[in-house]
Amino acid sequence: MLRPFARSLRVAGFFLGVAFFVILAAFPFYWMVITAFKQNSDLYKVTNIPFWFNEPPTLEHVKYLFEETLFARWLLNSLVIGVCVTAITLITAIPAGYSLARMTSRKGEALGIMIFLTYLVPPTLLFLPLSRIIAELGLQNSMWSLVLVYPTFTIPFCSWLLMGFFKALPVEIEEAAIVDGCSLFGAFIKMAIPLSVPAILTVMIFTFTLTLQEFVYALTFISSSDQKPITLGVSTDLIRGDVFFWGEIMAGALIAAIPVAIAYNLFLDRFIAGITGGAVK
Amino acid sequence: MAAVLTRDIVKRFGEINAVNGISLRVPDGEFMVLLGPSGCGKTTFLRIICGLEQQTSGDLLIGGNVVNDIPPRARGVAMMFQSYGLYPHYTVRNNIAFPLHTQRVPREEIQKKVEWASQLLGIGHLLDRRPRQLSGGERQRVALARALVREPTALLLDEPLSNLDAKLRSSARQEIKNFQQRVRLTTIYVTHDQVEAMGMGDRIAVIDHGRIRQVGTPTEIYEDPADLFVATFVGAPPMNIVTNGGGYLGFRPENFLPRDMIAEDAATEFSFRVDRSEYLGSERIVYGVMDGFDSKQPITAKLPPAHVAEGSIRPGEWHPFAVKNSALRHYDTNGNRSSHH
Repeated sequence: MLRPFARSLRVAGFFLGVAFFVILAAFPFYWMVITAFKQNSDLYKVTNIPFWFNEPPTLEHVKYLFEETLFARWLLNSLVIGVCVTAITLITAIPAGYSLARMTSRKGEALGIMIFLTYLVPPTLLFLPLSRIIAELGLQNSMWSLVLVYPTFTIPFCSWLLMGFFKALPVEIEEAAIVDGCSLFGAFIKMAIPLSVPAILTVMIFTFTLTLQEFVYALTFISSSDQKPITLGVSTDLIRGDVFFWGEIMAGALIAAIPVAIAYNLFLDRFIAGITGGAVK
Repeated sequence: MAAVLTRDIVKRFGEINAVNGISLRVPDGEFMVLLGPSGCGKTTFLRIICGLEQQTSGDLLIGGNVVNDIPPRARGVAMMFQSYGLYPHYTVRNNIAFPLHTQRVPREEIQKKVEWASQLLGIGHLLDRRPRQLSGGERQRVALARALVREPTALLLDEPLSNLDAKLRSSARQEIKNFQQRVRLTTIYVTHDQVEAMGMGDRIAVIDHGRIRQVGTPTEIYEDPADLFVATFVGAPPMNIVTNGGGYLGFRPENFLPRDMIAEDAATEFSFRVDRSEYLGSERIVYGVMDGFDSKQPITAKLPPAHVAEGSIRPGEWHPFAVKNSALRHYDTNGNRSSHH
């Protein structure tokens, strides 16, 4: 039996702990939001308290982004790259994961881990050989080079993730379908894929966000503004020499982050199920 | 014509022979049980029949045709899995209709057949539910309906009762047997449970280490086991086996009785020392040793409590016991049944 004082101390401790982590997680986002809507004069005055608006908020930075830079184009580029890479990854990784899970007996597991390991090779090593390939294909300075390069790291990881998930599916369901008149491929299409929707959604979100936040390859392969994805555009075209366009940078980051945040929150439960269901086996 | 006929089927996984030359003939309409300990190859053999595994050598005939290289979907057999393998994302109706859809049966006919199968198994009211909303017994009936709906040449069942609790199991056993007798469907049923095998099978094939040890009716298997494996695998407690000169002597515990309880004169007497006694209500199991005979296991006697008074047989005492000669079984040194009885 705790005395009331000790009890309220415990409750206070709990909420203090929670508050600490909430602030840790949410503060950068808050900082981004207020900076995006602050007037420049507010932003650069050293005597102002920086944690809230000292002057009325403004849409000036957002307006600048859309009118004076290629921001809309970068957004579109990122979207096109993201959709293409996600499509390529799904088309490749779903059959790959399935065959690793079902058709290779025990070697499949080792093979799956080896494929996964290629994901761990850092892009700072890989961009040298890859830039040769891009040059040979005549794709330098084109966003399509990224559509080609990003699957090199999304496919291995997603194949491995899907392999784990397919393994966790009871094989009897597909075998029953095969005895009931399906071919192997029919059982894959009619049973394995519909039952793996959580994992496939996970792979989609994972791939899309990964391509959206990628920087190193984009920086290496692309220099014209109209081919840049958003990560590159915001951080190269809005930092000129030592002048940082803080308001515009934050506004750009905010606009790019909103759809991703919404997608994550909608699918969070399934995302977690996909990751744990696959990996833990 | 045999519905299913196998000739010397062998299945090798690397170094291991999972199935080691099985030849089996299952006539039309028969309920054949494959009985054996786990890992004996019975499930692999069943999977070869339905085509989920390819045999290393040997011939498989279904309905008179060699189907060695024919894919599962064209073999015309239905299989019910241990976990039923229902399609979780389909309704019960679509689960049952699935084998017909894959064969491109016309829509009205599918509807008629689904109706017929669900009536037969009493699941008409469940058609719009999904598998996870069903109880274990209902799932089993849905799986049976799905297997039945396209009127297969043979129905294969892989330990279908092992997911049910003990109470449900005996009623499900009855249900499957009744259903099989009604539709006279050739059935091959895999189990490690001898109660299921004895209670359901028209014939039983006892399998061990990938080989058939004996095929026969439940009575033949129980009364006259072909070798020591069958003798000790079937029956609870198993047959008593004692060494006897150049071979073995076997007799069932219920035939091993106090001398004065055996009416026949043609009986062999033994001196039996009781070590332990268990009262099980309908029977009393007595464990002990026999004077002059060696056995790896304690000798057991199954006595009717109504005829053997409590306290008349106590641990430590020697009693004259006997087995009537017609109940004695002789085995040679290799453990096979000897010709003379």
